[in-house]
Amino acid sequence: MIDSVKNPLPSRVEIVVMGGGTAGCSAALHLAQAGRKVVLFEQRLCGGMASGQNYGGVRQQGRLEVELPLSFRSRELWDKMEKIVGNDCGFRRTGHLKLARTPEQIASLEEWAVMARRHGLTVTMVTGNELRTQHPYLSEEACGASFCPTDGSANPRVTAPQWARAAEKAGADVREYCPVRALEREGGGFRVTLADGRSTCCDVLVNTAGAWGAGLAAQLGESYPEGTLHPNMNVSEPMAPVISANFGVCGGDIYFRQTGRGNIIFGGGRGVGDRDRLWSRPLAEVNLRQARAMLRLVPGLAGINLIRSWSGIDGMMPDESPVFGASPTVPGLFHAFGFSGHGFQLGPGAGAVLCDLVIRGETPTDISGLLPKRFL
Amino acid sequence: MTAPRVLIVGAGPAGVRAAEAVVRGGLRPVVVDEGDACGGQIYRQPPAAKARPAETLYGADAAAARALHADFAALLPAIDYYPRTLVWNLVTGAGQSGPGQTGFVHVHDRAAGAVGRLDFTHVVLATGATDRVLPVPGWTLPGVFTLGGAQVALKGQGCLIGRRVAFLGTGPLLYLVALQYAKAGADVVVVADTSGTWRQARAFPGLRAAPGYALRGMSFVAQLMLKGVPILRGVVPARIEGTDGVERVTLRHRGGEKSFACDAVGLGFGLRSETQLADLAGVPRRYDAAQANWVPRAGCDGRTPRSGVYVAGDGAGILGAQAAELRGARAGLAVLADAGGRADPAEAGRLEAEIGRWVRFRRAIDAMYPVPVQMLRGLAAETVVCRCEHITLGDLRRVAANTGAEDANRLKSFSRAGMGRCQGRFCADNVQELAAFLHGAAPAAMGTQRAQMPIKPIPIGDLLRQAPRTEPVLDEPVLDEPVLAGEAE
Ligand SMILES: Cc1cc2nc3c(=O)[nH]c(=O)nc-3n(C[C@H](O)[C@H](O)[C@H](O)COP(=O)(O)OP(=O)(O)OC[C@H]3O[C@@H](n4cnc5c(N)ncnc54)[C@H](O)[C@@H]3O)c2cc1C
Ligand SMILES: Cc1cc2nc3c(=O)[nH]c(=O)nc-3n(C[C@H](O)[C@H](O)[C@H](O)COP(=O)(O)OP(=O)(O)OC[C@H]3O[C@@H](n4cnc5c(N)ncnc54)[C@H](O)[C@@H]3O)c2cc1C
Repeated sequence: MIDSVKNPLPSRVEIVVMGGGTAGCSAALHLAQAGRKVVLFEQRLCGGMASGQNYGGVRQQGRLEVELPLSFRSRELWDKMEKIVGNDCGFRRTGHLKLARTPEQIASLEEWAVMARRHGLTVTMVTGNELRTQHPYLSEEACGASFCPTDGSANPRVTAPQWARAAEKAGADVREYCPVRALEREGGGFRVTLADGRSTCCDVLVNTAGAWGAGLAAQLGESYPEGTLHPNMNVSEPMAPVISANFGVCGGDIYFRQTGRGNIIFGGGRGVGDRDRLWSRPLAEVNLRQARAMLRLVPGLAGINLIRSWSGIDGMMPDESPVFGASPTVPGLFHAFGFSGHGFQLGPGAGAVLCDLVIRGETPTDISGLLPKRFL
Repeated sequence: MTAPRVLIVGAGPAGVRAAEAVVRGGLRPVVVDEGDACGGQIYRQPPAAKARPAETLYGADAAAARALHADFAALLPAIDYYPRTLVWNLVTGAGQSGPGQTGFVHVHDRAAGAVGRLDFTHVVLATGATDRVLPVPGWTLPGVFTLGGAQVALKGQGCLIGRRVAFLGTGPLLYLVALQYAKAGADVVVVADTSGTWRQARAFPGLRAAPGYALRGMSFVAQLMLKGVPILRGVVPARIEGTDGVERVTLRHRGGEKSFACDAVGLGFGLRSETQLADLAGVPRRYDAAQANWVPRAGCDGRTPRSGVYVAGDGAGILGAQAAELRGARAGLAVLADAGGRADPAEAGRLEAEIGRWVRFRRAIDAMYPVPVQMLRGLAAETVVCRCEHITLGDLRRVAANTGAEDANRLKSFSRAGMGRCQGRFCADNVQELAAFLHGAAPAAMGTQRAQMPIKPIPIGDLLRQAPRTEPVLDEPVLDEPVLAGEAE
């Protein structure tokens, strides 16, 4: 899939997808399966940025209401992963427990559960005692939780690349190491110019460039307030299986899960980074806070060795929801970027909805709260 | 300009001589070293209870060892020394918060089970090297040790890895450790070198750059032969076998197979620099084709392209222990010159000339004992490449074929090779070679795996205790309420 200059570009294609994260790869796959001619340009390797660096949480629980329909659409695809892309991408339905440490937090979880049930999601409340019976490694600090049994986790390192390969098999032209440098409107469509000077024209442009999405949109005259987010991640050495669910807390200062191999992965708080240099780094100060928060909840992990920390780069919107849908000012342009730290779960569904929008101009999934126009 | 604070990581030959130079120039350096005592790999000191005479421990190097230990002891009042302390993170000014060129490291004090921060304006990374290990079928059996591990057992603990030991690999260390074992009473059943006689003879004249050292090497071989130890050159390791532990090694030699019964194997194919801290400091790397690994880019004076960051000794590319002392001293002078201390330029010139001699010597050594990376290509599919995650060559081939795994990082990412406890310190070079082989490309084109903190494992609970004589990692009370961070999961 690594493209070399020797590989000439077609002078004209129907659809160009910019960015090979989970969202872009899923869009390319869905469009190719629908019989459309699509080229995906990825500046590095597919799944090399946020989609490959993340914690691997596949959760619906705790999301803003505006995101839930997209999250549900995606969740259906996570179940069918094996069938769609030939690999389950490590998806395991472990359930997600969101812990509360105060009565006020329990109240907020209850409130969220009521809202989510209205949308049809199964969420149950768990008391402190029930928690400790089911998860005896938890301390007294957690006084209750809400549980979403259909949530889980997956392996981010393999997910987007697997989708990219499936897209290729379905007929998409996936080109890695092809940074898009310039965008212009030309005729009824667009001219897309790569960093090496090659260019092609297309009718439809799909912007799934993650933290770089607003930068590309700006070239077509749209200005979105996209910042960056660099979550601070850690992994321990493998240990015997203990932690059976994916855990989060109210406030988000710690989240943790155990992988099939036995490693504890935990996050919470932010590292540092620079999207212009594609550079990010975790902070030891934050590790310390995370360790403190995690050990208060699971004191038994104190003796386990931390073996690696890392961070990544995601696009961050002021209201923590993505810029999603048809551009309000440029016909033929579609956005799905700025997933604000929780777009891994959404990726597969995002591609499916983008495909609806490109092909039919509408989608059964309610994305009314995510539309780009809220920023323009 | 802030007052200079010089930090030296490592108290081996390079670190000790760097500290000495810095003290002479009128500054008080901080020296952090993982070991219980100074000496590094080669002049490692046993715990007091197992003390033995220098001659027993270091043989021909006894005088150098004694001098290094004594000189370091004399320095103690003039430095701040942190033994048993690992540097697990390094942050420099650029790209981070914090003023100008200053930076800091995070340390783990093993004795206290605690962490802390130490600030610097100038840092010398004298982190040394570890064995370059290539997988051989059966190398994960109990009883197989790296040459370094075998030596640590002997020098540090005064015990042998086995009674009947085979030594397999290449490089001067192979013969040295075999001889040390023979002298310590082990039955050395074979010294098997993957480098051939002809290759060694051809490069031999280059050793005149350090004739005394070359003679010593020859005497190791002669002593081994006198002790009746079989020495085979130009072997291809076939396999190490046994049920619960090592029982025999089998080698291909001159078109046939030879087996040697043994209960332990010392394995090593040269050395590789420990570069993670240089990596974290943002020092660019270059691929050294002769040593078949990545080394930090630096001048002969130890200066790197990152101002305030210096590398010295084998951590900056393998040149050996004698050169490590010179490189440490030279880097110390560079620090002084840059930090406004007193440095003698004539001394710097003299050191560089001597280092140059060791560079020429090492070129000959590298030519005599090349890392036999081609061996990787002939390995059986079931050979384990990544020990921590138990990933075999067959796994890597399958992953590469199914996914395209474009470079070394992708191969790691898709296969888990290099994602275990050692974080690729032992297998990353091999994964890179294999990626290159599988793609028919040059190893350097396969990229390198990126270092991240902590560069070695630390217990999670230790993060919550502050080590004595350090600044806190996090300037807030440990019992503070949780900070709301926003959710990313
Ligand atoms: C296993 C092994 C055995 C060897 N045996 C011999 C021999 O017998 N004869 C010979 O001539 N040469 C030998 N060599 C080569 C010789 O050791 C080196 O040439 C020489 O020691 C280099 O000196 P140095 O100061 O660069 O590194 P070293 O002597 O390796 O010293 C590096 C020091 O830094 C410390 N350190 C490294 N990273 C950190 C960190 N992150 N935090 C804190 N401390 C750290 C280490 O604990 C060590 O004390 C051996 C090398 C190895 C790897
Ligand atoms: C450390 C971390 C932990 C996280 N944890 C979770 C979690 O547990 N659960 C969850 O749901 N979400 C999580 N997230 C968020 C999630 O990973 C992201 O929201 C999601 O992956 C974003 O997908 P994407 O496709 O929009 O972006 P990306 O994966 O970043 O993909 C965008 C792609 O566009 C490419 N690109 C950019 N500019 C150009 C250009 N000009 N030309 C060509 N290509 C270009 C980039 O190289 C990149 O590959 C986490 C994020 C991080 C960083």
